[in-house]
Amino acid sequence: MGNKLQVEAICQGTVIDHIAAGQGVKILDRLHLLDSKARITVGFNLPSKALGFKDIIKVEGRMFTEQEANELALFAPSATINVIDDYRVVDKFAMTIPETLSGAFSCPNSNCITHNEPVDSFFYLRHVRDDTQLKCRYCEKIFSKEIVAELK
Amino acid sequence: MDNRFYNRDIVSIADLSREDMEQILDVAAILKETPHPTLLNGKVIASCFFEASTRTRLSFETAIHRLGGTLIGFADGGNTSAKKGETLADAIRMVSSYTDAIIMRHPKEGAARMASEFSGVPIINGGDGANQHPTQTLLDLFSIKECQGQLDNLTVTFVGDLKYGRTVHSLAQALTHFNATFNFIAPDALAMPDYLLQELDEKGIRWQRSDTIEEVIANTDIVYMTRVQKERFDETEYKHIASKYVLTNETLKTAPEHLKVLHPLPRVDEIAVEVDQTPHAYYFEQARNGVYARQALLALILNETGL
Repeated sequence: MGNKLQVEAICQGTVIDHIAAGQGVKILDRLHLLDSKARITVGFNLPSKALGFKDIIKVEGRMFTEQEANELALFAPSATINVIDDYRVVDKFAMTIPETLSGAFSCPNSNCITHNEPVDSFFYLRHVRDDTQLKCRYCEKIFSKEIVAELK
Repeated sequence: MDNRFYNRDIVSIADLSREDMEQILDVAAILKETPHPTLLNGKVIASCFFEASTRTRLSFETAIHRLGGTLIGFADGGNTSAKKGETLADAIRMVSSYTDAIIMRHPKEGAARMASEFSGVPIINGGDGANQHPTQTLLDLFSIKECQGQLDNLTVTFVGDLKYGRTVHSLAQALTHFNATFNFIAPDALAMPDYLLQELDEKGIRWQRSDTIEEVIANTDIVYMTRVQKERFDETEYKHIASKYVLTNETLKTAPEHLKVLHPLPRVDEIAVEVDQTPHAYYFEQARNGVYARQALLALILNETGL
């Protein structure tokens, strides 16, 4: 096996690989992965050629919805998702930050109409220097992704 | 004339292009010159003010009457079913089934955008919390064009509360379509927000911060005054600060002849009453123009062929 890591292979499910080290815990929390009974294997601070160190999350018997994939893209833009079936990778894709995000996060502006009415939050995303900013479709306020992600 | 506004919502100044703004200003100028008292005959327009307003509501309602439209509505959300717990979404669905257009003001930011998603008729935003007040911006632009003869390449000096003043933010954003240059004069605590400055930079707009009105007045075309609210400071601090952001005849000594002073009103003491008598004062004409700018919007939104 040489330098290969011994992380248990899964029969069917999803592997989120190449997560920037430190983000793995946030993803577990954000996607409520620990709330389910799914079997999860995690690796933190594993050596990575591309990143130096990386986190990895393997979730048995669970596929991600498009919304979850979009949320994931915000926290782990460098990650790749491997869809596993019968121990083989049947699909593999890199994260792309979506142009819009609906329903995933509450608007941090407490006076935004979305908190009182039957509508989902809706953000337009854009990159500014090293940050990803989210602009609320309704109150038009602009937030950095860290601020939006703090509140859910 | 190709009507760019028929059946369209007016929610945010960010939704309007330069050509859109120019069309409204052209129609406003025509309506100021020539009254069209039957243009809105047969139209019923709702004026839904969930938050109190003086100028905006009265000028909208005047605009409707002057064009021959019929008005229904309320001036205070306290007397509506909102108090019983009805959602705004339901209220708007209901009102839109009665009327041809809805003018609304609401204390929550984003209320007008959300209303436009539930309404079967056009929504005109008369102010949503601290967010947008697009018709104020249109009347500001109309006043600037009227007194300067054009909108391009002007230098505008904004004074006072540049942090919370939505009229300042929207007007600055609108003027980015017209290659404006900006001076910002405000106490540190009420400075222009960074995200807006960043937006100006991205659009290649020239701007600078200045300490006093005097140092930029000679090269200014429009002074846009706003009120520094007392409650944002303690009393001693306020006295010290406020005097720096007051416009007097002395401040205007080196002003070019064509310079005009605008103010969204109400004024408290940031423009000395003596300035009212100078040819620079334009704020009351500006307030009057609110009726024409709003008439223009209604005329375009409710008539497929425009004027």
